[in-house]
Amino acid sequence: MWKWFSQYAKPEKAYQLCGTLFRWFWLPSLLLILVGTVWGLVFAPQDYQQGDSFRIIYIHVPSALLSMSAYVAMAVAALVGLVWQWRTAYMAMIAIAPVGAVMTFIALFTGAAWGKPMWGTWWIWDARLTSQLILLFLYLGVIALYSAFDDKQQGGKAAGIMALVGVVNIPIIHYSVEWWNTLHQGATITKFDKPSIAPEMLWPLLINLLGFALFVAAVSIKRMRNEIVRREIHRPWIKSLFLENEK
Amino acid sequence: MQFDSLSAFLEMGGYGFFVWLAFGVTLGAMILLVVQSSLDTKHLEKEIKDTHARKARMRAAAKEGL
Repeated sequence: MWKWFSQYAKPEKAYQLCGTLFRWFWLPSLLLILVGTVWGLVFAPQDYQQGDSFRIIYIHVPSALLSMSAYVAMAVAALVGLVWQWRTAYMAMIAIAPVGAVMTFIALFTGAAWGKPMWGTWWIWDARLTSQLILLFLYLGVIALYSAFDDKQQGGKAAGIMALVGVVNIPIIHYSVEWWNTLHQGATITKFDKPSIAPEMLWPLLINLLGFALFVAAVSIKRMRNEIVRREIHRPWIKSLFLENEK
Repeated sequence: MQFDSLSAFLEMGGYGFFVWLAFGVTLGAMILLVVQSSLDTKHLEKEIKDTHARKARMRAAAKEGL
């Protein structure tokens, strides 16, 4: 099992796997997001307190959840790179980072557009919002640190350590609504209790959640392929791969 | 269907601006991310082919020149 898994430390193998996985994730992700969004916008009932403004939940919650999951995935890749020194690990790390950063930005922006009509302000320096903003800076820090090195193995190591240290922010984001007094409402679905949302509102949310997850996976995989090609550009297998496609 | 008409749908019970702002910026950000990633693929592909063509030209020129 471990042997089977570790073959993907080789860039060539990882490249092939990425190609297969991308085909599985990409179209289903678009389909799910389309269904979930139309269902959420048109068919889900109004919220009794927030009216139609609550429909922002259908992109806010998936993007926020994925911004944290992507961070964990990125940190796992960094750990594999630091401990086992897989050549492909830092490529995965740096492929995920911009995707996670975009998810974090979406979560912050949709939160602001939801906060304005509901709380009366676009932004407030409270625990949930501030820790989520720090998450964005962590992503940008990882990207910046990686690109600051000419030796990408060194850059990967530095950025990887930063990614690992930043993991401490993830539980802080999650529990911030419990630990501190905050304007942000408590958890809706990510808790052990029953979800505090009606099923006809929950279904489109779950569909969009899965859709966003597949989207993040698909785009990360696409970027991972780019990263493999960029790092291996002078190797024979890359040349034969691209030049044979031509004919 | 929660809305009687298209205009009611666009109005979103008075929250139209905020709802469409959120959905619009989300769509824009996701499209930009995907477009940037595909352009990167195309760019790399071109770089590989250009390098290969240049090397072939240099080989041909060296052969003729000598």
